[in-house]
Amino acid sequence: MRSDENIFSKIDWITVALYFVLVICGWFAIYGAVYEFDDTYFWDFSTKFGRQFVWIICAIAIGTVLLLLNNRVYDTFSYQIYILAIIVLIVTLVIATDTRGSRSWLKFGSISLQPAEFAKTATCLALAKYTSAFGFNIKNLASSWKAYLIILLPMLIIICQKETGTALAYLAMFLVLYRLGMTGIVLLLGVCAVVYFIVAIRYGEVPIINDLPDESFGIFLVVMFAIGITLALIWFYLEDFEFIKWSALGVTAFMVVGYGLYKWLNLSVSFSLIALVCSGIMGIGMIVMFFKTRKFQYIFISLFLGGSIAFGNMADYAFNNILAHHQRERIKVTLGMEMDEKGSFYNVNQSMIAIGAGQITGKGFLNGTQNRYGFVPEKETDFIFCTVGEEHGFIGSFVVILLFVVLMLRLIYLAERQRSAFSRIYGYCVSSIFFFHLAINIGMVTGLTPVIGIPLPFFSYGGSSLWSFTILLFVFLRLDASRKEYMG
Amino acid sequence: MINDQYQKRKYVLAAIFISVALIYIARLFFLQVVDGSDYLKQSENNAYVNRVIIPSRGLIKDRNGKLIVYNKPAYDLMIIPREFASAKQDTAEFCKAIGMTVEQFNARMKELRNKRGYNRFRPAPLIQQFDNEEFSAIREKLYRFKGVYAQKQVLREYNYHNGALVLGSIGEVDTSIINNDNYYKLGDFAGMEGVEKTYEKWLRGEKGFEILLRDSRGRIMGKYNDGKEDIAPVQGHELTLSLDIELQKYGEELMNGKKGSVTAIEPATGEILALISSPTYDPSLLVGRGRSENYKKLYRDKKLLPLFNRAIQAQYPPGSTFKTAQALILQQEGIITSHTAFGCSHGFHSGGLTVGCHGHTSPLDLMHSIQHSCNAYYCYGYKNMIDDRKYGTVSKAIDTWRDHTLSLGFGNRLGIDIPGEKSGKIPDSKKYNRIYGDNRWKGLTIISNSIGQGEILSTPLQIANLGATIANRGFFYTPHLVKGISDAEIDTSFITKHVSTIDPKYYDVIVDGMELVMISGTGFYSRIDSISVCGKTGTAQNPHGKDHSIFMAFAPKDDPKIAISVVVENSGFGATWAAPIATLMIEKYLKGYIPKKREPIEKRLKEANLINE
Repeated sequence: MRSDENIFSKIDWITVALYFVLVICGWFAIYGAVYEFDDTYFWDFSTKFGRQFVWIICAIAIGTVLLLLNNRVYDTFSYQIYILAIIVLIVTLVIATDTRGSRSWLKFGSISLQPAEFAKTATCLALAKYTSAFGFNIKNLASSWKAYLIILLPMLIIICQKETGTALAYLAMFLVLYRLGMTGIVLLLGVCAVVYFIVAIRYGEVPIINDLPDESFGIFLVVMFAIGITLALIWFYLEDFEFIKWSALGVTAFMVVGYGLYKWLNLSVSFSLIALVCSGIMGIGMIVMFFKTRKFQYIFISLFLGGSIAFGNMADYAFNNILAHHQRERIKVTLGMEMDEKGSFYNVNQSMIAIGAGQITGKGFLNGTQNRYGFVPEKETDFIFCTVGEEHGFIGSFVVILLFVVLMLRLIYLAERQRSAFSRIYGYCVSSIFFFHLAINIGMVTGLTPVIGIPLPFFSYGGSSLWSFTILLFVFLRLDASRKEYMG
Repeated sequence: MINDQYQKRKYVLAAIFISVALIYIARLFFLQVVDGSDYLKQSENNAYVNRVIIPSRGLIKDRNGKLIVYNKPAYDLMIIPREFASAKQDTAEFCKAIGMTVEQFNARMKELRNKRGYNRFRPAPLIQQFDNEEFSAIREKLYRFKGVYAQKQVLREYNYHNGALVLGSIGEVDTSIINNDNYYKLGDFAGMEGVEKTYEKWLRGEKGFEILLRDSRGRIMGKYNDGKEDIAPVQGHELTLSLDIELQKYGEELMNGKKGSVTAIEPATGEILALISSPTYDPSLLVGRGRSENYKKLYRDKKLLPLFNRAIQAQYPPGSTFKTAQALILQQEGIITSHTAFGCSHGFHSGGLTVGCHGHTSPLDLMHSIQHSCNAYYCYGYKNMIDDRKYGTVSKAIDTWRDHTLSLGFGNRLGIDIPGEKSGKIPDSKKYNRIYGDNRWKGLTIISNSIGQGEILSTPLQIANLGATIANRGFFYTPHLVKGISDAEIDTSFITKHVSTIDPKYYDVIVDGMELVMISGTGFYSRIDSISVCGKTGTAQNPHGKDHSIFMAFAPKDDPKIAISVVVENSGFGATWAAPIATLMIEKYLKGYIPKKREPIEKRLKEANLINE
């Protein structure tokens, strides 16, 4: 078990190569985004691409140091690193000055660092350590609640720092828990929650029928969705086709009668109420079935149905009463409910114009007008992908996404070959975090997801972002290089 | 843990990663490949500003190369309404900077909004045609405001303040012009009358465009692609007129204080040497920001009608000048020969009808009938022709006569190259058949035509053209004002010979008669010693007042260089006013000066004011 005779012969050079390609592409994108006519020297430290060049050199140095450290360091000191990160996050929250509404930056002279970025690595390490421990069982809440806590604690602090986007990236670790055996229902519930939320908000103010303006189409749709998924679950888990048949017939009959009352008797009918009554009857029906058959799935599914309906109504309420105005606006714009020419719609629209204008082959390096002339907001940080899209077109965008996908899949491959559960889980964490950043960032600039401030790994300008992703990745490369030292 | 039961979930995760990537690639495909060109257009609208560069308008010179019209720089203050508004600037401060009130500004914006071609994203002219001095005063303040900029324009400047109606002017294009020619955009200028209008396509040149880059705050960042995509403006063609601007100026001086016209043509080419309509105005009145005000003033002057080009738009009975044409036609039709003589006893008497004549010897042959402008001679001749049996009917006879008249340039527009020409009138059989019934009339019924009265109307240009045709002994070229266009050919219609239906041999006797007019006839008092001028006086009867004095002439007799018609309205007999003006013009043109002996006449004419105050 002698470690690192020659560490550089054991590391995965494919991943290192992908890393360098992405970092260099990112640097060129930043150069394109901030280039001005009279800039001639790329190493000029007064320009952002000049500074990014320095950050890249530093990142390479950091990566090298991480590779030279003993692999046991990460495993052994996981919790200490995690606790240190939590302390730094809290200290940051207390002492940080307000930077554009966010209290997440620590200033060291002219350099600012964002601990929330670095805390990701710490959280991954702690999660890997905890879940790889002997006797950990994800299905046992008594043992798994701490795993959830490890993820949620930094998230909570970061949300307090008003960096919601960064905090959301921690959700990526639930994908890792799924890999560890967390029931898929959690992911299903997560997806359902997003769908319910979107439907409830998007159609919240739309009436079902124009004559009945008081009724929300959103709530009606949520209830109908919930009923549909409930029936699907009954099919999947219980194969109780009688129940499905009678439920479907019942709901249809109620709706037809309701429509008849409205149409021919001109009664003011509430279709949401009818849907709710239907789901109530179905709920009672499932409880009855539980007592008949003693199958607990009936209880869980009826809880799902009730929970879905409650969630839909809560989402509507939360949207209108809890979210801040600008968050509401962003969501409304993303859902196509509002066109705000100057606000968030303007930003997303300009971003889409930039990307679309690249067409197939792009306008050419340094020829993008949308980015260089400031039409795209935050062109060198969160919206850096616009420069790729505008200057290098569909081909360039495709290549960048392809590189990321290859990197993510390579990381899964590397993770799977680990003998140590700690290393494997950590590897999944890295891959999932890259995935989450890519999904949210590209989704945002192409107008598919709400505008959530989250950097594109290796592309977005900034030392914190680049260094934190470098650390995240290189720690795993170090673990991978020593994989044979672990006993299966 | 290598063989853990959730091994297969790695595929689920990989599938999630790949599906999301595929969704995004599909999204990018739609953004960039399917709708890419739309977004490209939008990005260009964001970042590119097309600025028009107005070309320098073609210069106008006279036949001797003297510069008449040139350009001086001017500036249009352009506003892009949307940009101006979205910058949320202090309108009052802006108005103060450019020297207008907020009310004026709002009124102008309202006016612009109602114009065709208005688009709040595109530049519209807020104030037009600042001259250089006016503009330098506001230039300093302009940069502080967004959505406004100065566009270089071209204003006309005149070396000679003559020939206003020939030259025309340039004015802002209206809806119909924008609709018919997409070269023009709101706020552009185009030739409106005269040669400026006719030769607009040559004079205007081609607009240039420069493509500028601007950032999201509207600041101009430089030229797109180092100006490689810019289109340089093409300067307008230079126009050389057939006009002799000194002669034009001299003629306008002679016509000062009189209503009427002077039209001088070079017979050998049809080139117009002078085209004077009086009263006239200074062409520089219709330049720049005073244009519309001054135009209104001129337009409303119903007494003097300064915008009415009498040389081509006024239609008078040609009077006795038309006798030359009659003499040609009657010879050609064999009704008379040069030896035919008719008696005249103070006029023509037939039945109860009398056409009076002044005292002269009788009978007269053809040549002397012209010398003395004998009315009776032409009454007999015309009556004989119309009533001649050889035509079968009077209708046939008059239509034959009409065809000859038309071949001499009457009855239709000649086709001069400025707008507004009138055609004059030559009656045909249909007209009389309608009035009197089919062929139920005879020569005597329409006898006034014989001496250029009756139903005959002609423009002064047509009378001058008759002079040119006689000078050429039988042909003319369409009178025109263009002599040359740089790098272009003039219209072929101006180099096409129009040969009259009269045999050239019949012209000589007319020419001799016209010479006698000047030696010892009605034009005697206007003769020039050293030049053999051929002339013919006329008087156009005017039912509204004193008769119009008309004179037609050409000179020298054997190698004609100039043919001319002069009309002085309400001045009585042709010899009194029109003839001396014509001979002074001829002398000025051929000699370049007026001899001392004739200076008193010149002075009298220049000072005479025949317009009733």
